[in-house]
Amino acid sequence: MDWEAIRLSLRLAALTTLALLALGLPLAHWLAFTRRRWKFLVEAVVGLPLVLPPTVLGFYLLVAMGSRSPLGQAWTALTGHPLAFSFEGLLAASILYSLPFTVQPFAAAFAAVDRGLVEASWCLGVSRARTFLRVVVPLSWAGILTGMVLSFAHTLGEFGVVLMVGGDLPGRTRTVSIAVFDQVQALDYAAAGRTALLLLGVSFTVLALVYGLRRAQRKPWTLI
Amino acid sequence: MDPHLTCAAERRFPGGTHVAVRFGIPAPGFSVTVLFGPSGSGKTTALRLLAGLERPDAGRIACGGTVWADAAKGLHLPPQARNLGFLSQAYDLFPHLSLAANLAYGLGDHSADARRTRVAELVALLGLEGLEDRHPAQLSGGQRQRVALGRALARRPALLLLDEPLSALDRPTQLRLRRELRDLLRRLDVPTVLVTHDRAEALQLGDRLVVLDGGRVCQEGEIQRVFDRPTDPAVARILGVETVVLGRVVEVSGGLATVAVGEARLQAPDPGSLGVRAYVCIRGEDVLVERGEPGPSTARNRLPARIAALQPEGPLVRLTLDAGFPLESLVTRQACADLGLAEGEAVTALLKASAIHLIPHD
Repeated sequence: MDWEAIRLSLRLAALTTLALLALGLPLAHWLAFTRRRWKFLVEAVVGLPLVLPPTVLGFYLLVAMGSRSPLGQAWTALTGHPLAFSFEGLLAASILYSLPFTVQPFAAAFAAVDRGLVEASWCLGVSRARTFLRVVVPLSWAGILTGMVLSFAHTLGEFGVVLMVGGDLPGRTRTVSIAVFDQVQALDYAAAGRTALLLLGVSFTVLALVYGLRRAQRKPWTLI
Repeated sequence: MDPHLTCAAERRFPGGTHVAVRFGIPAPGFSVTVLFGPSGSGKTTALRLLAGLERPDAGRIACGGTVWADAAKGLHLPPQARNLGFLSQAYDLFPHLSLAANLAYGLGDHSADARRTRVAELVALLGLEGLEDRHPAQLSGGQRQRVALGRALARRPALLLLDEPLSALDRPTQLRLRRELRDLLRRLDVPTVLVTHDRAEALQLGDRLVVLDGGRVCQEGEIQRVFDRPTDPAVARILGVETVVLGRVVEVSGGLATVAVGEARLQAPDPGSLGVRAYVCIRGEDVLVERGEPGPSTARNRLPARIAALQPEGPLVRLTLDAGFPLESLVTRQACADLGLAEGEAVTALLKASAIHLIPHD
């Protein structure tokens, strides 16, 4: 079993989920409540990773992060090492790739919160930002949890983007899904089977926990 | 002194709906101004304009010396900056917070002690003792209504806005709370704007009446005055005056006007400025019905009529009379039975002149 790849995958998934929580809450809030006409364009951009082949996304990211791009040069100047084929580059790619899996459940949950409750809060003198934290977020916990679990599971399972942007460097960018691929390439079916089974088990357990929790909670606010 | 509230605001919605509200509240302190009208007349939009939940396309709103909105200057204070209490039809209590936390929700700028004191005051005022830790789902409709009212009042607003505050309750609770609500508002001494389409609710709760129809204000004034003296037939119809018919002015003398409606001649007090035609407004409860030869009476108007329809309404019966024009009369069931009234019968309708209200037309 490639424990190094497993550790790296878990770390990548956890950091991606945290970053998407910070990024996804305001973005989903904007998508759920804005009345701007060009909102649909932002929605389309956020949803792109759902339909785009991972290799295409990976290709553009690779070009954007490469040593000849402004971003790649700025990163190298700042940190002393290139962005492409590094863990940080992989993290940035994961965040973009899992964006719709986080933002869409968030936005759907926010939009489902009764508009009257939000307006009641405003009329009680509470700012829009605090209304979001005190009313919208607590009443959307199920959607937020779903979005976080999906981004975690999706990051664990991503392959194409990781291969394009990260390469396959043990300890730095070799994730568990790539480890399975390597083991199959090396005709080590026993090891591949063990790793695949582990991923299957983890994914199933996490999803079952989430759906079970959502089902059991008839009063959502008792969880908070 | 400036009025406490002046509102002259317009809002245009996509699709052509246009709401223009113009009314005021003369003084701070307890008073209930009722926005009254059929559904779709713009009552709720008027309230949302006041609350800052809708932005006026034109006009100005000022309350207690502060300008809340002025479209010409591009000024629009958000609801947070208006110091008002807003109670929506659905109450909109926060389902994830306890009763006490709902009441304290808007008191974020108070110290923890001040917050506790205010919540305890409200709980006592509204008679909600012992329910502080319950969630909204565990409260009855009447209790929820009181919590929502308490929450809206917690910050001592300069203006309280109530959107059909009793419509979500069952009928008996509504009737009980109507009285309680007015007493409570009086004790709190807060100027209130209340939206309703229920005539009895308007009469029981209101001091002043603003009649809305088709997105505009038709009449505004002291409530009894508006009900007794509607300025145009649309107002009379909205207010539920039973008979509203157009007649021709035949003669005006000695403070009495004679108006011809079909074959009938009616005498009524001269409202002044009568032209060629006038609307005649008659309430059903003011029309007496007799059989056979009428005896001596002070009633100025005696109209031979035929009973066109007879419709029981609780303890009363609504008679639709044909007196050359349709005339509605409300009589008790007992009277109806004693006289043996039935459809097609010939009767005499009696009307005191003072019960007929004329609205000049042209």
